[in-house]
Amino acid sequence: MAKKPDYFDEMYGRGSTPRAPFEDYAKWFDGENNARLLEKSAEAEALFRLIGVTFNVYGDPDAAERLIPFDLVPRIIAAREWAKVSKGIEQRVRALNAFLHDIYHRQEIVRAGRLPAEMLARNDAFLPEMIGVTPPGDIYTHIVGTDLVRTDDNEFYVLEDNARTPSGVSYMLENRETMLHMFPELFSKIKVQPVSQYPQSLRRSLMACAPNACSGRPTLAVLTPGIHNSAYYEHAFLADQMSAELVEGHDLRVVDGRVAMRTTRGYKPIDVLYRRVDDDFLDPLTFNPDSMLGVPGIMDVYRAGGITIANAPGTGIADDKAIYSYMPDIVEFYTGEKAILNNVPTHRCSDPEALKYVLDNLADLVVKEVHGSGGYGMLVGPAASKKEIAAFRIKLEANPGNYIAQPTLALSTVPILTDAGLAPRHVDLRPFVLVSPQGIEITPGGLTRVALSEGSLVVNSSQGGGTKDTWVLEE
Amino acid sequence: MLGKTAGGLFWMFRYLERAENTARMIDAGLRISLTRSSAAESEWTSILSSTGLRGAYEANYGRSYDGPRIIDFLLRDPSNPGSILAGIEAARENARLVRTALTREVWEAVNECYMVLKKVLANPIEDRDLPRVLQVVRQRSAFVRGASHGTMVRNDMYNFSRIGTFFERADNTARILDQKYYILLPSVRLVGSASDNVQWETILRATSATRAYQTLHEGENDPKAIAQFLMLDGRLPRSLKFCYGKIAENLGYIEQEYGERSTSHALVDSICARFRAHDMNAIFDYGLHEFIADFLRDSAALGRQIEIDYRFIE
Amino acid sequence: MRLTVSHRTHYAYDAPVPYGLQQIRLRPKSRPGQLVEDWNIDVAGGQVEVSFEDEHANTVDLVSFAPGQTEIEITCRGTVEVEDKAGVVGHQGGYVPMWLFQRSTALTKAGPLMQALLDKVTRGADDLDTLHALSAQILDHVPYSTDQAAADLTAEDVLKAGHGVCQDHAHVFITAARAMGYPARYVSGYLMMDDRVDQNASHAWAEAHVPTLGWVGFDISNGISPDARYVRVATGLDYRGAAPISGMRYGNAAEDMTVSLQVQQQ
Repeated sequence: MAKKPDYFDEMYGRGSTPRAPFEDYAKWFDGENNARLLEKSAEAEALFRLIGVTFNVYGDPDAAERLIPFDLVPRIIAAREWAKVSKGIEQRVRALNAFLHDIYHRQEIVRAGRLPAEMLARNDAFLPEMIGVTPPGDIYTHIVGTDLVRTDDNEFYVLEDNARTPSGVSYMLENRETMLHMFPELFSKIKVQPVSQYPQSLRRSLMACAPNACSGRPTLAVLTPGIHNSAYYEHAFLADQMSAELVEGHDLRVVDGRVAMRTTRGYKPIDVLYRRVDDDFLDPLTFNPDSMLGVPGIMDVYRAGGITIANAPGTGIADDKAIYSYMPDIVEFYTGEKAILNNVPTHRCSDPEALKYVLDNLADLVVKEVHGSGGYGMLVGPAASKKEIAAFRIKLEANPGNYIAQPTLALSTVPILTDAGLAPRHVDLRPFVLVSPQGIEITPGGLTRVALSEGSLVVNSSQGGGTKDTWVLEE
Repeated sequence: MLGKTAGGLFWMFRYLERAENTARMIDAGLRISLTRSSAAESEWTSILSSTGLRGAYEANYGRSYDGPRIIDFLLRDPSNPGSILAGIEAARENARLVRTALTREVWEAVNECYMVLKKVLANPIEDRDLPRVLQVVRQRSAFVRGASHGTMVRNDMYNFSRIGTFFERADNTARILDQKYYILLPSVRLVGSASDNVQWETILRATSATRAYQTLHEGENDPKAIAQFLMLDGRLPRSLKFCYGKIAENLGYIEQEYGERSTSHALVDSICARFRAHDMNAIFDYGLHEFIADFLRDSAALGRQIEIDYRFIE
Repeated sequence: MRLTVSHRTHYAYDAPVPYGLQQIRLRPKSRPGQLVEDWNIDVAGGQVEVSFEDEHANTVDLVSFAPGQTEIEITCRGTVEVEDKAGVVGHQGGYVPMWLFQRSTALTKAGPLMQALLDKVTRGADDLDTLHALSAQILDHVPYSTDQAAADLTAEDVLKAGHGVCQDHAHVFITAARAMGYPARYVSGYLMMDDRVDQNASHAWAEAHVPTLGWVGFDISNGISPDARYVRVATGLDYRGAAPISGMRYGNAAEDMTVSLQVQQQ
């Protein structure tokens, strides 16, 4: 197998024999025929189309629905490796919730001088409407997707804390279903920790955050922007799996002090709303008045304690890329412990000294927009042309406060199946974390995203990335 | 369940049924144009009228009623929002909307129906391929019906699906009768010309009732018996009486489940009562055309009432 | 001074409104210098769905229209005992960080005309002098006039128009004060004018924060700091955050609003 020695490969390490977690799989793979596996791969694609795990492309009604490519070589993580990672995630998510409570209350972290007030003051993700609001159960981020990358045997970095409405969990679940369907024999040989309990855990976790206004069994609903949203499949999937109603803004109204959904038998109050609509569109009465996706008055009902919104409005402040650079301090401030997981060293371009360093080293750095997502508006220095770097320099100098820069990490690779056999590709990992008053639950593994073209570090599905099933082995 | 979901199920099954019915009508038109080219033009215009698409067609193509163009218009013409392809797309769009109310089998059947027909209808259909394509439409639609019959729990969701199916089917049969009532009038029998026989055959073919009619009536083509069969025979699954019996039954289950009776129940009962109270002679006395017109009016009112009673929209 | 307030807002529509909501900020609070003895809100043609305290400690009532209404009327009646504190409201309580009051909003964004105004303001011996000078400069620059009472003018729009009402004055003051480094906010409330009982609208003024005294009120339109004739009802970063009534409704009905307001000394 051709492999760049400067990257850590999760299957072969830096050598040519399989690492321990991949041993059994490698043995099985050697007995397989590449052509048969490619056939299986086509079979998986047909299955995904039939199930409808597709997404629409924004702004192009005529474009065919797209499928995120699925690679059928699993990414395998040993139980011992996972134990450390999940401990680190739990610590970080605990800190995130404490941080959110604090910045919407006394802002002790600012008073203590650990976080400059400007980081909040100049940030649109900070919602004044949440000041003084304590959500039911004091949970702000019910669902978190902590993006991780690996650089070596024992080195994991957190790339981003997705504390708003992280997506992708349906791919994690469908990927596993597909693997079970296509390779049942593998699962009898190799003991993999299950992930299929996720929807039930999500349901339990959300129900545990019912508001005081709820009497009896909490009624749960999933709020979607509608069938044209790129993640609609996931919204429908999760609602279906949780036996919750899938609602849109126009199904809901304020009725008798509650947010209620229009059923065939009249309006029925909702206790917990898992919303997949962004803050700005949530309530035209309080936020963007032009929003057609939200529910007028829902923030009023929320602030009066009549409904739980998951995740809470205003959690975006916690996954902001500028705040990210303070995460080691944030973790330490709220947990009293050193952060277990590494943060990528981050240069805040708002700081003139940092800006100078970044401008001098653009070719070696990754520069990101502070509020950007989805891999857009970023510069990957080592992969960019001179012209691209020059163009980016102008943007950066015009508005330095809008950017942060990080060194390019040597992202680990995992092999994918190609016509010519296995070939290494860079990956990241998004584990899914559920937070409730009863505790923090992390589904073993998560969604592995893989850059499908050779050498590429961009794993985003909107830019040619694919996914893999992620296996965490039993002890 | 959500009002929107009830509406989505109702419309998903209406669209599927409509696509299937349009396929049957194309089939009947094709048969006439092959066997009686002189009658073809009036046959195609009457099919356009029955599907309610004559205005849309004439807006695009004027008053030239060319068989292949009409067939393409009905099958796949992008300018026709009522084409079979558009209907299947609308059914699938509604299915996505109500995805959580469908079993995996029903969803996959409707999604596959869409994927197959999108491919099959990507280009104009040649004459020799037409029968096979029409068969694919009927078959794929039947698969969805079969999957729902075999896998859906018998609750309000299933009942709204069924109501959509039978509502559309009855509407379709009534529209065909509305276009052709004059050839079924008793006075026509005296004329007894051969062309009428072909027209009678078209009606039966467009409602997939040819074989059933012949079996039950020993091959004797008789306009009154045909009218009776399509309107009042409770054994024929596309007759008005059968469809309304089913609508009443499904609305009845909803009444039981919800423990409340709505205005829709009264409306459907009065329509069913009319079928019980009239035999064919009484209908002819009242006026066949008037009877069908009354039915179409009342059925439209029922459709609106169901939408209100069960809060499909607000 | 003991003031009684009777404030009725009537909305009439030329077609039934299928669904509508209004957020109302019409409940004055007892605080040092202001004692609310009794206060009632009546909604005809609708109902209060929920009430809560917003981030500025205003009590907000969310009112829904009774389905198919063609009119809705909100009536507040109450008695408030007010003491003259020369506009001093005092130090900030609660969780709102002071920097929030220095954020510009859509209605209070400084533009070139604002810069021209600021150039004319002379700094006084202390903060209060400076802010009073600002208030006077604004009234001079933008005389009071009800000629062009378009709602929702930005501070810059007001400077362009060259005249304005109390809401406009407050917006210009807030924008200027923030540009000068003072946290500032909008106040909506009632004013008993000496010469009359019937007022044609509720009043608005501004507050700026000075380190020594905390929040201090400035009624720019009247060139004074609020005294015992002022009932403070709600505060916000601008009019939108403190508006007595703001709402949305479905349908295309046209709205006609009439206000009747009496404030008198008991």
